[in-house]
Amino acid sequence: MNAPVLNLAPLIPELILALGAMALLMYGVFTGDRSVRTVTYGAIALLIAAAIAVLALGSAPQTAFNGSFVFDAFARFMKVLAFLGAAVALILSQDFLAREKIEKFEFPILILLSTTGMGVLISAGDLIALYMGLELMSLALYVIASIHRDNARSTEAGLKYFVLGALSSGMLLYGCSLIYGFTGTVSFTGFAAALKGGPIGLGLVFGLVFLIAGMAFKVSAVPFHMWTPDVYEGAPSPVTAFFAAAPKVAAIAIFARALTTGFPGATHQWQQIVVFVSVGSMLLGAFAAIGQSNIKRLMAYSSIGHMGFALVGLSAGTAAGVQGVAAYIAIYMIMTLGTFACIIAMRRGDEPVETIEDLAGLSRTNPLMAAALAALLFSLAGIPPLAGFFAKWYVFAAAIEAKLYILAVIGVLASTVGCYYYLRIVKIMYFDEPAPAFAPMRAELKVVLVASALFNTFFVFYPAPLVAAAAAAARSLF
Amino acid sequence: MSNAPILSIITFLPLLGAALVLMVRGDDENARRNVRMIALFATIVTFGLSMIPVWQFNPATAEFQFVEKAAWLGGVISYRMGVDGISLPLVILTTFLMPFCILASWVSIEKRVKEYMVAFLVLETLMIGVFCALDIVLFYLFFEAGLIPMFLIIGIWGGKRRIYASFKFFLYTLAGSLLMLLAIMAMIWTAGTSDIAELLKTGPKLFSRDMQFWLWLAFFASFAVKMPMWPVHTWLPDAHVEAPTAGSVILAGVLLKMGGYGFLRFSLPMFPEASAFFAPMVFALSVIAIIYTSLVAMMQEDIKKLIAYSSVAHMGFVTMGIFAGNAEGIQGAVFQMISHGIVSGALFLCVGVVYDRMHTREIAAYGGLVNRMPIYAVIFMVFTMANVGLPGTSGFVGEFLTLMGTFKASTTVTVLATTGVILSACYALWLYRQVIWGEMTKPSLKTITDVDKRELTILVPLVVLTIFFGIYPRPILATSEVAVNALVESYKQANATAGRAVAAQSR
Repeated sequence: MNAPVLNLAPLIPELILALGAMALLMYGVFTGDRSVRTVTYGAIALLIAAAIAVLALGSAPQTAFNGSFVFDAFARFMKVLAFLGAAVALILSQDFLAREKIEKFEFPILILLSTTGMGVLISAGDLIALYMGLELMSLALYVIASIHRDNARSTEAGLKYFVLGALSSGMLLYGCSLIYGFTGTVSFTGFAAALKGGPIGLGLVFGLVFLIAGMAFKVSAVPFHMWTPDVYEGAPSPVTAFFAAAPKVAAIAIFARALTTGFPGATHQWQQIVVFVSVGSMLLGAFAAIGQSNIKRLMAYSSIGHMGFALVGLSAGTAAGVQGVAAYIAIYMIMTLGTFACIIAMRRGDEPVETIEDLAGLSRTNPLMAAALAALLFSLAGIPPLAGFFAKWYVFAAAIEAKLYILAVIGVLASTVGCYYYLRIVKIMYFDEPAPAFAPMRAELKVVLVASALFNTFFVFYPAPLVAAAAAAARSLF
Repeated sequence: MSNAPILSIITFLPLLGAALVLMVRGDDENARRNVRMIALFATIVTFGLSMIPVWQFNPATAEFQFVEKAAWLGGVISYRMGVDGISLPLVILTTFLMPFCILASWVSIEKRVKEYMVAFLVLETLMIGVFCALDIVLFYLFFEAGLIPMFLIIGIWGGKRRIYASFKFFLYTLAGSLLMLLAIMAMIWTAGTSDIAELLKTGPKLFSRDMQFWLWLAFFASFAVKMPMWPVHTWLPDAHVEAPTAGSVILAGVLLKMGGYGFLRFSLPMFPEASAFFAPMVFALSVIAIIYTSLVAMMQEDIKKLIAYSSVAHMGFVTMGIFAGNAEGIQGAVFQMISHGIVSGALFLCVGVVYDRMHTREIAAYGGLVNRMPIYAVIFMVFTMANVGLPGTSGFVGEFLTLMGTFKASTTVTVLATTGVILSACYALWLYRQVIWGEMTKPSLKTITDVDKRELTILVPLVVLTIFFGIYPRPILATSEVAVNALVESYKQANATAGRAVAAQSR
């Protein structure tokens, strides 16, 4: 940096979110609980505005704060996803929270703050920004998990998430300090320069292990997945939908950015760890979900498995691999939000129901919902011609290109096993005798569900835009 | 008409029909009738249009014809369609069988008619797509996507153990084909193209011997399950027994052929060295399939299960003929696939006729049907004879040619396989005796009626074709001849070059 000019342009989306959150908070405090609706709509508008700002920034790389904050095509791709994912989660939450009488104006504001943290995290160019973004994102998430504070399961979920999250932050910080100690810098580009040519010291590998452990916790990859089923099950459904979408995008983005831009010289070292984490997640996700009867818990294991698949792409350590990760996470987010729109709509009388058996015979009581959910489930299982197949295609193709044959074979076998539990839900919806019908589905849920199902079904006919955007995103990291 | 993307039209027309079916509102008798009519109309029009490529097809060239290309996934992967002498007969088989399937489900499917027809029409699109795709990724897409509608067809409209059967069908075939998916990726990275026509030309040279082995095994995992070959055939009897009649017809008539088509399109021409190396193994598995499953068929108490096992045995002839690697064997295999598609489809339709009346498939529940159903007895006899491989029926031509081709490759295998023809006579004639001949003693059968007009419309064309192709097999053989010869030529050449290279190395 030769000119000490503060270039705030790349931060505009985060500034919109942060300042908007403050303003909405003030408004909410002064008007009280009546303001919930307004604050929610305001938050949705802010998220969409931030996404538009991201798109308006263009794809030329820009940096701020001496390289701590990087805005490039990769950040652009991931931020649009995270912001829109958060906006959709807010849309899904509104009615549910009101019916459960846990509608609070703090909820949208916490989501905004958490999303700001995601923005910082996705753009982090050094360890300081990484930690800052991570904590800003997570602290809001801990609170949101226990938003239903009179409910034992929800508070338990929040507490569990907090304690384990603090532990993982500790490990991450320990890793950061080791890496700093052995390279003398905190910036990713600095690591890459320091590692160029020289041997990789044991201390640095230690640091890398702890750093990856911290990030693996956030993407809920094995062996740091333990919090996921409990938090997914305990938190109110719309909160779970949010957890499953936006934070996953941010976490996998920083995972990819830190490893590929910071440690290209140590690819061989981190590749082994990522392969292990990925295999563990795929297998656990596939086998552990089989016995689940609660659909949110099942989705938790499914998300563990899916993160394993996404990491297959990362473990290739190539641009094709990162392209796979980007495409995977985009398609995954859309599938998940659609599925959660369905889960939120599972209400009988005035009570939300959550077991898989409640879906019995849905194809006769609500054919549209059943068909859309079936399309999403087949997509999650990775059956062509649905979008989920292409997500898997890109990550596995990258793994094969990188000659990770064993990983790929384990991956596809895990996906066959995983298929079983998605099929089981289809079976319950289509083959079993109907259970009593659900309460009618709210319009906004229907829109999200149908949009998501249509995207998954028709992606095959026009895949080019997403694939090209993912490719551009991946190129900017290499 | 020459510039119209005729193959895409044929492929996606049923999908359009499915969209129309979805637009029908209500679930009363009228709506159901409309749904059935739309489905029937869509399949008939598709069949009619599929006559255009037959008409314009040039049997004198081994190149792909009616080729289409469009941008799709970006990179090397494009949307490519085209047919040659091997795939065209299978396309026609598919479009030909579909209207019969719709007709066969006219009265026997009463619940959820709309979903049923949608599933069938989507399935037709995917099946035609498999045979027309000229891009390996596109092929995989169609190949695998067919699992979804078939899963639903077995699971929703199937018999008592339908859930077990549908899961077994889905997971078995999925596990096999996912390994093929990885092999496809490896091929694309090695060859730098996903164009099947291109891969056919360059594949054998680009893939090293070791690589061919692994790729061959991965493709084998998929096609052997689909075929199905012993010992991975166990999903088939379950799926057949539980599927509704039309589902069985499609399963036996078309879906099984995808395995054979895959061997012909990928394994043999793209991995010739590995194919030659593994041919003895395939022979062994085929012979076991022919003898063992024929013996198993003799012990069945369920008509559909018996026919299912006989399908496995007949597919054994196909794999044997393909890996004999000579013109007779492969021509025989192609012919056997078409013939078996017609005959086994017809047999399942025959079972459907009595099942609709009696709602049981147990052999013991029948007997003496000839007394009340003379026309049915005649029709069933023609197909039984074709199943046995009696000269004069289409079954004979396929079996004879494959046996002749195999004879060149291995006498022992042929001798063993020929015993299968005898065994097939044992179980098929025994079945016919139990069901049709004898005294009509069962009181429940006293009021059974002979085939009605709708059933006659379904069965008579199949009878005619079975006998026609038995006497005059030329149309199918002439279509596939040049393509098969080219395939055999490239296969032999590749192995000869490889043989010389190995010899030079050892010298």
